[in-house]
Amino acid sequence: MTREIENAAGIPVVQIATIVPIMLTVGANRIVPGVAIPHPTGAPQLGEDGDKAKRRELVLRAFKAMETSIDDQMVFED
Amino acid sequence: MKRVVHYINQFYAGIGGEDKADQTPLCEAGFKGPGLGLNKELGADVEVVGTVICGDGYYGEHTDEARAACLKMVADFQPDIFIAGPAFNAGRYGFACGDIAATVAAELKIPTLTGMYIENPGVELYSKKTYIVPCADSARGMPKNLKSMAALALKLLSGEALGPAREAGYIHRGIRKNFIHELNGAERAVQMLLKKLKGEEFRTEYEMPKFNKIPPAAPVTDLKHATIALVSSGGIVPMGNPDHIRVSSAESYGKYDISSLTDMKGTYESVHGGYDRTYANADPDVVVPLDIMCELEKEGVFGKIYPYFYTTTGTGTAVAFAEKFGKEIGADLRNAGVDAAILTST
Repeated sequence: MTREIENAAGIPVVQIATIVPIMLTVGANRIVPGVAIPHPTGAPQLGEDGDKAKRRELVLRAFKAMETSIDDQMVFED
Repeated sequence: MKRVVHYINQFYAGIGGEDKADQTPLCEAGFKGPGLGLNKELGADVEVVGTVICGDGYYGEHTDEARAACLKMVADFQPDIFIAGPAFNAGRYGFACGDIAATVAAELKIPTLTGMYIENPGVELYSKKTYIVPCADSARGMPKNLKSMAALALKLLSGEALGPAREAGYIHRGIRKNFIHELNGAERAVQMLLKKLKGEEFRTEYEMPKFNKIPPAAPVTDLKHATIALVSSGGIVPMGNPDHIRVSSAESYGKYDISSLTDMKGTYESVHGGYDRTYANADPDVVVPLDIMCELEKEGVFGKIYPYFYTTTGTGTAVAFAEKFGKEIGADLRNAGVDAAILTST
Protein backbone atom coordinates (compact mmCIF):
# COMPACT_ATOMS: atom_id res chain seq x y z
CA MET A 1 0.00 0.00 0.00
CA THR A 2 2.87 2.34 0.92
CA ARG A 3 4.59 1.70 -2.39
CA GLU A 4 1.47 2.17 -4.49
CA ILE A 5 0.52 5.42 -2.73
CA GLU A 6 4.02 6.77 -3.28
CA ASN A 7 3.90 5.66 -6.90
CA ALA A 8 0.44 7.03 -7.65
CA ALA A 9 0.79 10.29 -5.73
CA GLY A 10 4.45 10.96 -6.50
CA ILE A 11 5.03 11.98 -2.87
CA PRO A 12 7.20 10.50 -0.12
CA VAL A 13 5.30 8.07 2.08
CA VAL A 14 7.05 7.29 5.34
CA GLN A 15 6.06 3.96 6.83
CA ILE A 16 6.20 3.51 10.58
CA ALA A 17 5.91 -0.14 11.56
CA THR A 18 7.76 -2.65 13.63
CA ILE A 19 8.79 -5.47 11.32
CA VAL A 20 11.40 -3.75 9.17
CA PRO A 21 12.12 -6.76 6.87
CA ILE A 22 8.47 -6.82 5.82
CA MET A 23 8.52 -3.12 4.99
CA LEU A 24 11.69 -3.68 2.96
CA THR A 25 10.08 -6.64 1.17
CA VAL A 26 6.89 -4.84 0.25
CA GLY A 27 8.87 -1.91 -1.15
CA ALA A 28 8.52 0.92 1.37
CA ASN A 29 11.25 3.46 0.63
CA ARG A 30 11.38 5.56 3.82
CA ILE A 31 11.09 3.40 6.89
CA VAL A 32 10.90 4.39 10.56
CA PRO A 33 10.95 1.40 12.93
CA GLY A 34 8.00 1.50 15.31
CA VAL A 35 7.90 0.67 19.00
CA ALA A 36 5.93 -2.58 18.94
CA ILE A 37 3.42 -4.34 16.71
CA PRO A 38 0.31 -3.40 18.74
CA HIS A 39 1.50 0.19 19.35
CA PRO A 40 3.91 1.30 16.62
CA THR A 41 3.65 5.01 17.53
CA GLY A 42 3.39 4.80 21.28
CA ALA A 43 5.02 3.42 24.39
CA PRO A 44 2.16 3.00 26.85
CA GLN A 45 4.43 1.21 29.30
CA LEU A 46 6.28 4.51 29.82
CA GLY A 47 3.20 6.28 31.18
CA GLU A 48 1.34 9.13 29.55
CA ASP A 49 4.26 11.54 29.28
CA GLY A 50 6.74 8.91 28.15
CA ASP A 51 4.25 7.60 25.61
CA LYS A 52 3.73 11.03 24.07
CA ALA A 53 7.46 11.80 24.09
CA LYS A 54 8.14 8.59 22.20
CA ARG A 55 5.39 9.35 19.69
CA ARG A 56 6.73 12.88 19.15
CA GLU A 57 10.20 11.50 18.55
CA LEU A 58 8.91 9.03 15.94
CA VAL A 59 6.81 11.60 14.09
CA LEU A 60 9.74 14.04 14.00
CA ARG A 61 11.88 11.23 12.63
CA ALA A 62 9.23 10.59 9.97
CA PHE A 63 9.46 14.28 9.04
CA LYS A 64 13.23 13.95 8.78
CA ALA A 65 12.73 10.90 6.55
CA MET A 66 10.36 12.72 4.19
CA GLU A 67 12.83 15.63 3.96
CA THR A 68 15.74 13.35 3.09
CA SER A 69 16.71 12.70 -0.50
CA ILE A 70 17.38 8.98 -0.98
CA ASP A 71 18.34 6.75 -3.90
CA ASP A 72 17.24 3.47 -2.40
CA GLN A 73 15.20 2.13 0.49
CA MET A 74 16.38 3.57 3.80
CA VAL A 75 15.67 2.75 7.42
CA PHE A 76 15.76 5.84 9.65
CA GLU A 77 17.01 4.43 12.95
CA ASP A 78 17.54 7.75 14.72
CA MET B 1 -24.74 -38.38 -15.41
CA LYS B 2 -22.79 -35.54 -13.73
CA ARG B 3 -24.16 -32.04 -14.17
CA VAL B 4 -22.02 -29.06 -15.17
CA VAL B 5 -23.01 -25.40 -15.16
CA HIS B 6 -20.89 -23.14 -17.33
CA TYR B 7 -20.40 -19.37 -17.00
CA ILE B 8 -19.53 -17.17 -19.98
CA ASN B 9 -19.68 -13.45 -20.76
CA GLN B 10 -21.85 -11.57 -23.22
CA PHE B 11 -19.24 -11.85 -25.95
CA TYR B 12 -18.91 -15.64 -25.90
CA ALA B 13 -22.69 -15.93 -25.60
CA GLY B 14 -22.99 -14.13 -28.94
CA ILE B 15 -24.93 -11.20 -27.45
CA GLY B 16 -22.39 -8.53 -28.35
CA GLY B 17 -19.08 -6.87 -27.54
CA GLU B 18 -18.35 -3.83 -25.41
CA ASP B 19 -21.66 -2.28 -26.39
CA LYS B 20 -23.41 -5.16 -24.59
CA ALA B 21 -21.02 -5.36 -21.63
CA ASP B 22 -23.78 -4.04 -19.36
CA GLN B 23 -25.83 -7.20 -20.01
CA THR B 24 -27.52 -8.30 -16.77
CA PRO B 25 -27.29 -11.97 -15.74
CA LEU B 26 -29.37 -14.50 -17.66
CA CYS B 27 -29.29 -18.23 -18.13
CA GLU B 28 -30.16 -20.87 -20.69
CA ALA B 29 -30.48 -24.63 -20.52
CA GLY B 30 -27.70 -26.58 -22.18
CA PHE B 31 -24.39 -25.34 -23.54
CA LYS B 32 -23.58 -22.23 -25.53
CA GLY B 33 -20.50 -20.83 -27.28
CA PRO B 34 -17.35 -22.43 -25.86
CA GLY B 35 -19.64 -24.75 -23.89
CA LEU B 36 -20.05 -26.80 -27.06
CA GLY B 37 -16.38 -27.76 -27.09
CA LEU B 38 -16.29 -28.12 -23.33
CA ASN B 39 -19.25 -30.51 -23.36
CA LYS B 40 -17.52 -32.63 -26.01
CA GLU B 41 -14.25 -32.79 -24.03
CA LEU B 42 -16.10 -33.80 -20.87
CA GLY B 43 -17.22 -37.03 -22.49
CA ALA B 44 -20.41 -39.04 -22.33
CA ASP B 45 -20.93 -39.20 -18.58
CA VAL B 46 -20.78 -35.47 -17.92
CA GLU B 47 -23.14 -32.90 -19.38
CA VAL B 48 -23.28 -29.11 -19.50
CA VAL B 49 -26.88 -28.68 -18.30
CA GLY B 50 -26.97 -24.92 -18.10
CA THR B 51 -25.13 -21.76 -19.08
CA VAL B 52 -25.11 -18.58 -17.00
CA ILE B 53 -24.24 -15.39 -18.89
CA CYS B 54 -23.37 -11.93 -17.66
CA GLY B 55 -21.84 -8.82 -19.24
CA ASP B 56 -18.30 -8.15 -18.06
CA GLY B 57 -19.04 -4.49 -17.39
CA TYR B 58 -22.11 -5.31 -15.38
CA TYR B 59 -20.27 -7.88 -13.27
CA GLY B 60 -17.44 -5.45 -12.61
CA GLU B 61 -19.59 -2.48 -11.74
CA HIS B 62 -22.47 -4.19 -9.96
CA THR B 63 -20.54 -7.04 -8.49
CA ASP B 64 -22.79 -7.72 -5.49
CA GLU B 65 -25.96 -7.86 -7.59
CA ALA B 66 -24.33 -9.84 -10.41
CA ARG B 67 -22.79 -12.34 -8.01
CA ALA B 68 -26.08 -12.92 -6.19
CA ALA B 69 -28.11 -13.29 -9.39
CA CYS B 70 -25.59 -15.63 -11.05
CA LEU B 71 -25.25 -17.73 -7.90
CA LYS B 72 -28.99 -18.29 -7.79
CA MET B 73 -29.10 -19.30 -11.46
CA VAL B 74 -26.21 -21.69 -10.95
CA ALA B 75 -27.84 -23.22 -7.87
CA ASP B 76 -31.14 -23.74 -9.71
CA PHE B 77 -29.40 -26.02 -12.22
CA GLN B 78 -28.19 -28.20 -9.30
CA PRO B 79 -24.72 -28.79 -10.69
CA ASP B 80 -22.09 -31.25 -9.49
CA ILE B 81 -19.34 -28.96 -10.73
CA PHE B 82 -19.09 -25.38 -11.98
CA ILE B 83 -16.82 -24.16 -14.77
CA ALA B 84 -16.26 -20.51 -15.79
CA GLY B 85 -14.60 -19.16 -18.91
CA PRO B 86 -11.82 -19.53 -19.99
CA ALA B 87 -11.14 -15.81 -19.68
CA PHE B 88 -7.65 -15.81 -21.28
CA ASN B 89 -6.14 -12.39 -20.52
CA ALA B 90 -9.39 -10.41 -20.34
CA GLY B 91 -9.20 -8.59 -17.01
CA ARG B 92 -12.86 -8.01 -16.25
CA TYR B 93 -13.91 -11.40 -17.60
CA GLY B 94 -11.17 -12.94 -15.45
CA PHE B 95 -12.43 -11.06 -12.43
CA ALA B 96 -16.01 -12.22 -13.12
CA CYS B 97 -14.98 -15.85 -13.74
CA GLY B 98 -12.82 -15.93 -10.61
CA ASP B 99 -15.40 -14.20 -8.47
CA ILE B 100 -18.34 -16.38 -9.46
CA ALA B 101 -16.25 -19.57 -9.30
CA ALA B 102 -15.01 -18.67 -5.81
CA THR B 103 -18.55 -17.77 -4.73
CA VAL B 104 -20.10 -20.97 -6.06
CA ALA B 105 -17.38 -23.03 -4.36
CA ALA B 106 -17.96 -21.30 -1.04
CA GLU B 107 -21.76 -21.24 -1.17
CA LEU B 108 -22.73 -24.48 -2.95
CA LYS B 109 -19.76 -26.52 -1.66
CA ILE B 110 -19.05 -28.03 -5.06
CA PRO B 111 -15.77 -28.04 -6.98
CA THR B 112 -15.33 -25.07 -9.29
CA LEU B 113 -12.72 -24.15 -11.82
CA THR B 114 -11.94 -21.53 -14.40
CA GLY B 115 -9.16 -20.83 -16.89
CA MET B 116 -7.00 -17.75 -17.34
CA TYR B 117 -3.73 -16.47 -18.66
CA ILE B 118 -1.22 -16.38 -15.81
CA GLU B 119 -1.04 -12.56 -15.81
CA ASN B 120 -4.77 -12.04 -15.71
CA PRO B 121 -5.40 -10.04 -12.50
CA GLY B 122 -8.09 -12.61 -11.68
CA VAL B 123 -5.31 -15.11 -10.99
CA GLU B 124 -3.87 -13.09 -8.14
CA LEU B 125 -7.33 -12.40 -6.76
CA TYR B 126 -8.86 -15.86 -6.95
CA SER B 127 -6.23 -18.58 -7.39
CA LYS B 128 -6.59 -19.51 -3.71
CA LYS B 129 -10.38 -19.72 -3.86
CA THR B 130 -10.97 -21.79 -6.98
CA TYR B 131 -8.95 -23.91 -9.39
CA ILE B 132 -7.53 -21.86 -12.24
CA VAL B 133 -6.19 -23.72 -15.27
CA PRO B 134 -3.34 -21.82 -16.93
CA CYS B 135 -4.52 -20.73 -20.39
CA ALA B 136 -3.28 -18.90 -23.45
CA ASP B 137 -3.50 -15.11 -23.54
CA SER B 138 -6.12 -15.14 -26.28
CA ALA B 139 -8.95 -17.26 -27.65
CA ARG B 140 -6.52 -18.80 -30.11
CA GLY B 141 -5.77 -21.24 -27.31
CA MET B 142 -9.42 -22.22 -26.91
CA PRO B 143 -9.38 -25.86 -28.13
CA LYS B 144 -6.28 -26.80 -26.13
CA ASN B 145 -7.43 -24.91 -23.04
CA LEU B 146 -10.91 -26.45 -23.05
CA LYS B 147 -9.25 -29.87 -23.14
CA SER B 148 -7.12 -29.04 -20.06
CA MET B 149 -10.07 -27.56 -18.20
CA ALA B 150 -12.21 -30.61 -18.96
CA ALA B 151 -9.40 -32.90 -17.79
CA LEU B 152 -9.17 -31.11 -14.45
CA ALA B 153 -12.97 -31.09 -14.13
CA LEU B 154 -13.09 -34.87 -14.62
CA LYS B 155 -10.35 -35.31 -12.03
CA LEU B 156 -12.24 -33.13 -9.54
CA LEU B 157 -15.49 -35.00 -10.23
CA SER B 158 -13.79 -38.35 -9.67
CA GLY B 159 -13.04 -37.29 -6.12
CA GLU B 160 -9.49 -38.60 -6.32
CA ALA B 161 -6.82 -36.55 -4.61
CA LEU B 162 -5.07 -34.03 -6.82
CA GLY B 163 -1.30 -34.06 -6.98
CA PRO B 164 0.88 -30.95 -6.98
CA ALA B 165 -0.66 -28.08 -8.94
CA ARG B 166 1.91 -28.14 -11.73
CA GLU B 167 1.22 -31.84 -12.32
CA ALA B 168 -2.57 -31.66 -11.93
CA GLY B 169 -2.78 -28.74 -14.35
CA TYR B 170 -3.83 -25.73 -12.34
CA ILE B 171 -2.21 -22.64 -10.83
CA HIS B 172 -1.04 -23.41 -7.32
CA ARG B 173 -3.35 -22.33 -4.50
CA GLY B 174 -0.64 -21.73 -1.95
CA ILE B 175 -1.46 -24.99 -0.18
CA ARG B 176 1.41 -27.10 1.11
CA LYS B 177 0.90 -30.75 1.97
CA ASN B 178 3.24 -32.64 4.27
CA PHE B 179 4.84 -35.85 3.10
CA ILE B 180 7.94 -37.86 3.91
CA HIS B 181 10.72 -37.31 1.39
CA GLU B 182 13.47 -39.89 1.05
CA LEU B 183 16.09 -37.13 1.40
CA ASN B 184 16.22 -34.79 4.34
CA GLY B 185 16.06 -31.01 4.03
CA ALA B 186 19.83 -30.49 4.21
CA GLU B 187 20.44 -32.99 1.42
CA ARG B 188 17.79 -31.42 -0.78
CA ALA B 189 19.13 -27.93 -0.12
CA VAL B 190 22.67 -29.00 -1.08
CA GLN B 191 21.34 -30.63 -4.27
CA MET B 192 19.52 -27.46 -5.12
CA LEU B 193 22.62 -25.38 -4.47
CA LEU B 194 24.74 -27.66 -6.67
CA LYS B 195 22.25 -27.32 -9.49
CA LYS B 196 22.25 -23.57 -9.07
CA LEU B 197 26.07 -23.43 -9.12
CA LYS B 198 26.13 -25.48 -12.29
CA GLY B 199 23.59 -23.16 -13.86
CA GLU B 200 21.04 -25.98 -14.09
CA GLU B 201 17.36 -25.56 -13.53
CA PHE B 202 16.12 -26.07 -10.00
CA ARG B 203 12.84 -25.50 -8.25
CA THR B 204 12.54 -23.96 -4.83
CA GLU B 205 10.40 -25.78 -2.27
CA TYR B 206 9.08 -22.52 -0.89
CA GLU B 207 8.30 -19.73 -3.27
CA MET B 208 8.48 -16.24 -1.84
CA PRO B 209 5.80 -13.79 -2.93
CA LYS B 210 7.05 -11.22 -5.38
CA PHE B 211 6.78 -7.54 -4.56
CA ASN B 212 7.73 -4.70 -6.81
CA LYS B 213 9.97 -1.86 -5.84
CA ILE B 214 9.81 1.71 -7.07
CA PRO B 215 12.35 4.54 -7.09
CA PRO B 216 11.88 6.77 -4.01
CA ALA B 217 9.83 9.94 -4.50
CA ALA B 218 11.58 13.28 -4.21
CA PRO B 219 11.73 14.61 -0.64
CA VAL B 220 9.62 17.36 0.87
CA THR B 221 11.49 20.64 0.41
CA ASP B 222 9.34 22.97 2.47
CA LEU B 223 8.06 21.17 5.55
CA LYS B 224 6.73 24.39 7.08
CA HIS B 225 4.15 24.62 4.33
CA ALA B 226 3.67 20.92 3.62
CA THR B 227 0.31 19.16 3.86
CA ILE B 228 0.78 15.73 5.39
CA ALA B 229 -1.74 12.88 5.27
CA LEU B 230 -2.19 10.08 7.77
CA VAL B 231 -2.79 6.55 6.49
CA SER B 232 -2.87 3.30 8.44
CA SER B 233 -3.30 -0.42 7.99
CA GLY B 234 -3.63 -0.80 11.76
CA GLY B 235 -7.41 -1.25 11.72
CA ILE B 236 -8.18 2.08 13.43
CA VAL B 237 -11.78 3.00 12.55
CA PRO B 238 -14.53 5.25 13.92
CA MET B 239 -16.23 3.64 16.91
CA GLY B 240 -18.64 0.97 15.70
CA ASN B 241 -16.79 0.49 12.39
CA PRO B 242 -19.56 2.14 10.32
CA ASP B 243 -18.24 0.89 6.97
CA HIS B 244 -17.73 -2.68 8.17
CA ILE B 245 -14.07 -2.84 7.26
CA ARG B 246 -13.09 -6.47 7.76
CA VAL B 247 -11.05 -7.43 10.81
CA SER B 248 -8.76 -9.37 8.49
CA SER B 249 -8.43 -10.04 4.76
CA ALA B 250 -9.77 -6.54 4.14
CA GLU B 251 -11.31 -5.82 0.78
CA SER B 252 -12.04 -2.15 1.51
CA TYR B 253 -10.62 0.90 3.23
CA GLY B 254 -12.21 3.90 4.92
CA LYS B 255 -11.69 7.63 4.39
CA TYR B 256 -12.68 9.73 7.38
CA ASP B 257 -12.74 13.44 8.16
CA ILE B 258 -10.45 14.10 11.12
CA SER B 259 -10.26 17.88 10.72
CA SER B 260 -12.25 18.55 13.90
CA LEU B 261 -10.23 16.14 16.07
CA THR B 262 -7.05 16.71 18.05
CA ASP B 263 -6.81 13.19 19.36
CA MET B 264 -7.99 9.71 18.35
CA LYS B 265 -9.04 8.78 21.86
CA GLY B 266 -12.77 8.39 22.42
CA THR B 267 -13.89 8.55 18.78
CA TYR B 268 -11.80 5.80 17.17
CA GLU B 269 -11.12 2.18 18.03
CA SER B 270 -9.23 -0.77 16.57
CA VAL B 271 -10.93 -3.67 14.80
CA HIS B 272 -7.70 -5.25 13.56
CA GLY B 273 -7.80 -9.03 13.94
CA GLY B 274 -4.04 -9.51 13.88
CA TYR B 275 -2.75 -7.95 17.10
CA ASP B 276 -3.76 -7.41 20.73
CA ARG B 277 -5.97 -4.34 20.64
CA THR B 278 -5.73 -3.43 24.34
CA TYR B 279 -3.35 -0.49 23.86
CA ALA B 280 -4.89 0.70 20.61
CA ASN B 281 -8.36 0.74 22.12
CA ALA B 282 -7.15 2.57 25.22
CA ASP B 283 -5.62 5.22 22.96
CA PRO B 284 -5.61 4.76 19.16
CA ASP B 285 -2.88 7.44 18.90
CA VAL B 286 -0.40 4.64 19.64
CA VAL B 287 -1.24 3.41 16.11
CA VAL B 288 -2.21 6.68 14.40
CA PRO B 289 -0.26 9.61 15.93
CA LEU B 290 -2.96 12.27 15.50
CA ASP B 291 -2.46 13.95 18.89
CA ILE B 292 1.22 14.67 18.25
CA MET B 293 0.55 15.66 14.64
CA CYS B 294 -1.95 18.27 15.91
CA GLU B 295 0.59 19.58 18.44
CA LEU B 296 3.35 19.82 15.82
CA GLU B 297 0.96 21.51 13.39
CA LYS B 298 0.10 24.09 16.07
CA GLU B 299 3.78 24.61 16.82
CA GLY B 300 4.35 25.35 13.13
CA VAL B 301 6.75 22.46 12.58
CA PHE B 302 4.90 21.59 9.38
CA GLY B 303 2.09 23.12 7.30
CA LYS B 304 -1.09 21.23 7.97
CA ILE B 305 -2.64 17.83 8.44
CA TYR B 306 -4.65 16.66 5.44
CA PRO B 307 -8.25 16.65 6.73
CA TYR B 308 -8.93 13.04 5.73
CA PHE B 309 -7.49 9.90 7.23
CA TYR B 310 -7.34 6.61 5.27
CA THR B 311 -7.54 3.31 7.06
CA THR B 312 -7.82 -0.44 6.58
CA THR B 313 -6.73 -3.64 8.30
CA GLY B 314 -3.51 -5.13 7.04
CA THR B 315 -3.72 -8.74 8.13
CA GLY B 316 -4.29 -11.51 5.64
CA THR B 317 -5.06 -8.77 3.15
CA ALA B 318 -4.41 -9.82 -0.43
CA VAL B 319 -1.48 -8.04 -2.05
CA ALA B 320 -3.80 -7.21 -4.92
CA PHE B 321 -6.18 -5.42 -2.58
CA ALA B 322 -3.41 -3.58 -0.74
CA GLU B 323 -2.08 -2.41 -4.09
CA LYS B 324 -5.53 -1.37 -5.23
CA PHE B 325 -6.12 0.64 -2.03
CA GLY B 326 -2.70 2.25 -2.46
CA LYS B 327 -3.39 3.24 -6.06
CA GLU B 328 -6.74 4.79 -5.17
CA ILE B 329 -5.48 6.59 -2.07
CA GLY B 330 -2.42 7.78 -3.98
CA ALA B 331 -4.56 9.24 -6.76
CA ASP B 332 -6.72 10.95 -4.15
CA LEU B 333 -3.72 12.50 -2.40
CA ARG B 334 -2.24 13.65 -5.68
CA ASN B 335 -5.47 15.35 -6.68
CA ALA B 336 -5.67 17.02 -3.27
CA GLY B 337 -2.14 18.40 -3.56
CA VAL B 338 -0.87 16.55 -0.49
CA ASP B 339 2.94 16.75 -0.10
CA ALA B 340 3.73 13.65 1.97
CA ALA B 341 2.10 10.88 3.97
CA ILE B 342 2.85 8.91 7.10
CA LEU B 343 1.59 5.34 6.93
CA THR B 344 1.53 3.34 10.13
CA SER B 345 1.26 -0.44 10.19
CA THR B 346 0.95 -2.95 12.98
